[in-house]
Amino acid sequence: LAHGSGGKATQTLVQAVFLEAFRNPRLAPLEDGATLALGGARTAFTTDAFVVSPLFFPGGDIGDLAVNGTVNDLAMCGARPAYLSAGFILEEGFPVADLRRIAASMAAAAAAAGVEIVTGDTKVVQRGKADGCYVTTAGVGLLERPVELSAARARPGDAVIVSGPIGEHGAAIMLARGDFGIEAPIVSDTAPLHGIVAALLDDLPPGGVRALRDATRGGVATILNEVAVASGVCVVAEEEALPVRPEVTGVCELLGIDPLYVACEGRFVAVVDGQHAQRAVEALRGHPLGAGAAVIGTVRDDPPGLVLLRTAFGGTRIVDLLVGDPLPRIC
Amino acid sequence: MSGRVRSLIRVEGVVQGVGFRPFVHALASRYGLAGLVGNDGGGVFIEAEGPPSAVAALVEAVRERAPVLAVVERVSVTPVPPTGDGGFRIVPSVAGGPGRALVPPDVATCDDCLAELFDPADRRFRYPFVNCVTCGPRFTIITAVPYDRAVTTMAGFALCAACAREYHDPADRRFHAQPTCCPACGPRLSLRAPDGTSLPGDPLTQAAALVAGGAVVAVKGLGGYHLAADAASEDAVAALRARKRRPDKAFAVMAADLAAARELCEVGEAAAALLTGPARPIVLLPRRAGAPVAPSVAPGGPDLGVLLPYTPLHHLLCHELARPYVLTSGNLADEPIAHDDEDALRRLGGVADAFLCHDRPIHTPADDSVLCVFRGAPVPVRRSRGYAPEAITLPWPFRRPVLACGAEQKSTFCLGQGHRAVLSQHLGDLEGHLAWRAYTGEIGRLRRLLGVEPEVVAYDPHPEYLSTKYALELDGVDLVAVQHHHAHIASCLADNGEPGPVVGVAFDGTGHGPDGTIWGGELLVASLAGYERAGHLERVPLPGGVSAIRQPWRMAAAYAGAAGLAAAGEPADRLAVARRNARLWPAVSALAAAGGPAAPLTSSAGRLFDAVAALLGVRDTVTYEGQAAMGLEHLADPAVRDGYPVTVTGGTGSRLAGERCAAGSPGAAGAGRGAARALAAPVVIRSTDLVRAVVEDLRRGVPTPVIAARFHHGLAEAVVTAAGLVAEAAGIGTVALSGGVFANELLLGGVADGLRAQGLRVLTHRRVPCNDGGISLGQAAVAAASAP
Ligand SMILES: [Fe+3]
Ligand SMILES: [Mg+2]
Ligand SMILES: [Zn+2]
Ligand SMILES: [Zn+2]
Repeated sequence: LAHGSGGKATQTLVQAVFLEAFRNPRLAPLEDGATLALGGARTAFTTDAFVVSPLFFPGGDIGDLAVNGTVNDLAMCGARPAYLSAGFILEEGFPVADLRRIAASMAAAAAAAGVEIVTGDTKVVQRGKADGCYVTTAGVGLLERPVELSAARARPGDAVIVSGPIGEHGAAIMLARGDFGIEAPIVSDTAPLHGIVAALLDDLPPGGVRALRDATRGGVATILNEVAVASGVCVVAEEEALPVRPEVTGVCELLGIDPLYVACEGRFVAVVDGQHAQRAVEALRGHPLGAGAAVIGTVRDDPPGLVLLRTAFGGTRIVDLLVGDPLPRIC
Repeated sequence: MSGRVRSLIRVEGVVQGVGFRPFVHALASRYGLAGLVGNDGGGVFIEAEGPPSAVAALVEAVRERAPVLAVVERVSVTPVPPTGDGGFRIVPSVAGGPGRALVPPDVATCDDCLAELFDPADRRFRYPFVNCVTCGPRFTIITAVPYDRAVTTMAGFALCAACAREYHDPADRRFHAQPTCCPACGPRLSLRAPDGTSLPGDPLTQAAALVAGGAVVAVKGLGGYHLAADAASEDAVAALRARKRRPDKAFAVMAADLAAARELCEVGEAAAALLTGPARPIVLLPRRAGAPVAPSVAPGGPDLGVLLPYTPLHHLLCHELARPYVLTSGNLADEPIAHDDEDALRRLGGVADAFLCHDRPIHTPADDSVLCVFRGAPVPVRRSRGYAPEAITLPWPFRRPVLACGAEQKSTFCLGQGHRAVLSQHLGDLEGHLAWRAYTGEIGRLRRLLGVEPEVVAYDPHPEYLSTKYALELDGVDLVAVQHHHAHIASCLADNGEPGPVVGVAFDGTGHGPDGTIWGGELLVASLAGYERAGHLERVPLPGGVSAIRQPWRMAAAYAGAAGLAAAGEPADRLAVARRNARLWPAVSALAAAGGPAAPLTSSAGRLFDAVAALLGVRDTVTYEGQAAMGLEHLADPAVRDGYPVTVTGGTGSRLAGERCAAGSPGAAGAGRGAARALAAPVVIRSTDLVRAVVEDLRRGVPTPVIAARFHHGLAEAVVTAAGLVAEAAGIGTVALSGGVFANELLLGGVADGLRAQGLRVLTHRRVPCNDGGISLGQAAVAAASAP
């Protein structure tokens, strides 16, 4: 099983196994979370599993990642996150001190996000059956605005925006693994996004925001492909418009990795009505997490389902979903 | 009526668009036969009636004396009752018919048409679209078969009375010449500004004047737009480079005729034949000292790509300009050639100062083909206009129709049906969106044109190739994965019409290896049905994946580490390449040493050339594939004969330890089955020996041209040794050489000579390129041999 990089292998797996088995109209759109009517309230509900290695890295650890991940999935539905659950799968012998540290950072992240962790579960498995500590979180939130957000709502003329510099979480993790023998001052961007999302939604007229997705595994490239396929449109990104910090560019260049595919944990892609692109960017920049927000591309009708990148050299390159780990394709 | 017989004669092959019906008509008159001839979807049908000896003579002539451009593959004769017909007619084409007619490639202007073009008394004097039954546009204007004017882009031009008379006169050389036309009824030139507006004056003389004055002019040719600039003007050529965003890769130059070509380059007999032949490719030739060509036309080496005019328009431009001009594909960077007028204006608006256009649409784009001459024989580098879609006839049949999807760069695809493999024109690097669009579009178009409904689809197992993803999304077909280097060797086998088994030496840049490493310096025991990996170059890290391919200096760092140069107390900064790249050298060296996902192992031969090129200061970075290796080859001192010693490990023993693979089903027993007698361990060429020797000589102050030569000879000798070991163990007497690295003539010559000296037969490419442009043929051949 090739898996995990968030690309085509994972997508195919999800579609072939889970969508097939659980078939229902609320799962079908494969958005970040499901929106549900519960006793008269419009709510959003989501879950996420975290298997990051190393568990502690510059800018965060698996604990705040787990809280922010679920908070962000709710935020991408346009919801105000309210309550979270937390599940732990621990490898026998996992240091209690590390667990305390993870719990403390979860508590701090929950407080910062204004959510409460209200239920949970813990299992310990035999040594060697897990890699230290896995965390799953689920969350519910309230949909307080009459928004309808979906990756399938993009239409020609829309603008594609990212909320800040990309690739920082993934780059930080890669360096923290120590596989490369290099160091750079890069920290994870892990952060709760519902505040900045609220700022965007409140600033734009109703319907002005079509889709929100946090660019986690597989990076911005994967999100753009999801939008292109779900909406049957072409997304054209401009290489020179992509916000990437120089340290991240340097690491990506050194490793031969395209920052478009590198994970973020505190950035999202917004597809907005092209007329309001500038206003949306200003709204995002007005928030502390959105200082680096930028329009990175536009939506066209043709060719549907494809993401294109206009390069600095003036070429137009296809940005496809990766099937597995990036391998050189050129001869 | 007694003594009269009537026969139905069917002729298959390239028999449409080559003057076949007029040829038959002339024969019939000569032999006094009655009857008819026509085209259908399958080829040409003839009904001939008369004395048995005359009918037999006609059949004989059809078999043996067909027009030069025709390829007669099959002639069948069936007796039918005589009808008492009088006279012999060319009848209208009919759709259908058994099989499919082959579409002929485009053909350069013939001498007869050329004479008319420059004859002031001729009604086609200076007419840029003159053609006849033996020359002119074909593949690029044909929209369907059977071939007739109505299914070409000439359909919109009604023949004038004079042209119609020629077209219907069996004695005329334009008898049934489908694209025939004249100034009164045919296409016209126009000169347009980049904004599309018409420019005043005679388009041809104005365009020539612009080029002569240093401007860049887009010229609509046969397979697409070209960009023309004065080849002698450094300013004009440099401007063209900057605007086209092509910093280094050589431009081709069009010379008026053979004499003009000889002023630019050394033109041998074989090259002259290629230059003046009907396909008119670009031919890579050694540039003469003092050739009147600006330095930035071909900055990469001593060769120059030259081509002669192949359309009347080119002849007229040459005549007006009276000097050689750069003629390069009308595109930006690596995009496909522009062929639609509006698209050309849009894409080339920032490149060309003016557009020399005409109103004959180009239906199918085709770039110029590129060949070189090695030891008197033509060697294809890029097979496109003039060759595509000419079928390569194979000695074995495709039992089911096949589509082979090719690789990622220099891409072509291949359709196989019956005994024929038809390679597409060159379509470029698929990652580019326009190339991708062309690729998917042309697959559909050629399938329809040839009537091939693929049941088997062959593809490269590289998970990220767009051609792979294309294949995997097809429904209702049987898929056959063909490992990249197996496909290279199979391509060489198919090119030579042999099924193997052979020892295959596949040397290229990179290809997906089933063991999770990146292959590229492989020794296989291979037949069409499968292969075993019998050996390879020593594996070294590829630090930074794609970055290491674009930056050869990284391979110098990887090899320096693998060769233990730093560990042996040799500080890296004693290497000039390390000093030039001081900022990242330590990080890249650490990355290589750490291994891991960002530094996968590779046995690539191309990367070995890169490493040595960087060590010798040839290039630290490249802007196109093979650039550093080419520089290294050209650096080598031809007077130096000795080579560095290289250890080759592995070899004979009781059991073959190579990795076995049948195509499409990894793990299954493969092709060398029974042929491979014994290899105790895979044969490994210790390429770090070469790098150590290079560095040693560098430090001793040996001149780099000497080092470059010793490197080539050492590697060649090691390949000969390694291939010899495998051949002996496998009991095989033939070695096939393929992969883009064998475009290196110094290596190719050394390896081929060494193998022959050992008494081995050597197969090299003759009809398709050794690079990835030929790989679809190999995939198709493997699919034919292994498909269920
Ligand atoms: Fe290759
Ligand atoms: Mg999620
Ligand atoms: Zn002619
Ligand atoms: Zn006419």
